[in-house]
Amino acid sequence: MACFIVPAAEAVITSVVTKVVESKEKKVLSVEGKVEISSENKLPLSKKIKWLSNLLWGGSALLAFEHVWHGEIEPFFPFLTAAKSSAEWTAMLQETSTVGVAMAISVTLFWTGMVTVSNVLEKHKKLSLQPIRKE
Amino acid sequence: MTLLITIFAAIISTVVWLQKDIKNEMKIGNLALIYWGASIMWFVDAVFEYIELGAQYFTPSITEMVNDGFLGLCAVALGMIIWLGMTVVRRMKSCI
Repeated sequence: MACFIVPAAEAVITSVVTKVVESKEKKVLSVEGKVEISSENKLPLSKKIKWLSNLLWGGSALLAFEHVWHGEIEPFFPFLTAAKSSAEWTAMLQETSTVGVAMAISVTLFWTGMVTVSNVLEKHKKLSLQPIRKE
Repeated sequence: MTLLITIFAAIISTVVWLQKDIKNEMKIGNLALIYWGASIMWFVDAVFEYIELGAQYFTPSITEMVNDGFLGLCAVALGMIIWLGMTVVRRMKSCI
C-alpha cells in the first residue's frame, strides 16, 4: 500500500548524511592540503554512504512506480488511495511498519555487507602495497 | 515475475559494470544499485506474501504472470531512464 515510504524516508536521511560527510571531507582536504598516504587506497566514506543512498532511492522509485501501476497512488491529494478510509489507513500503517521497515533493514544489511567486503579488499590492497623491510 | 525480471536486470548490469566499465565512466554501478535496491525490496515483499498465501504464491494465474511480467519490464525501463538522466546531468555538469 505504501511500504516504500520507509525506505524513501531513509533515503532522504542518507542523502543529507552524504552531503554533510562530503563537505567535511572537502574541509579536511583543504586544511591539510594533501591526502594522507594511508588513505590513498581507501574509498571515501561519502562514496560508501552514496551506495546506500542509490540503493534506497532506486528501490523506492521503482516500488513507487509499482504502486502507481496498481492504483495505490494518485496524482491528487491525499495521493494514497488507502488514506481515504480509516480502515484502509490502519492497514496501510500496519503494512508500512512491517513490510516497509523490513525492506529498509534488508537494504541496509545488504549495504553493510558491501562495505565490509570493500573494507577487507582495501586492507588487503594496503598490505600488498607496503614495502618489504630488510633488516 | 517482477522480482525475477528485476533480479536478472541487476545481475546483467553488475556483470556489464564489472566487465565494461572499469574506469566507472558510464556509472553503470549506479544502475546496478538501483536494480539491486528494488530487487531486495520486492524480495521482502514476496516473503511477506508467501507467509500470507503459502504455496499458492508459486502458482499464479496466466493473467497475473503477464501483468507482473509487463510491470517488471516497465520497471527495468524506468530504472534505465533514471540512470540515463543521472549520467546525462553529470556529463553536462562536467562540460560546463
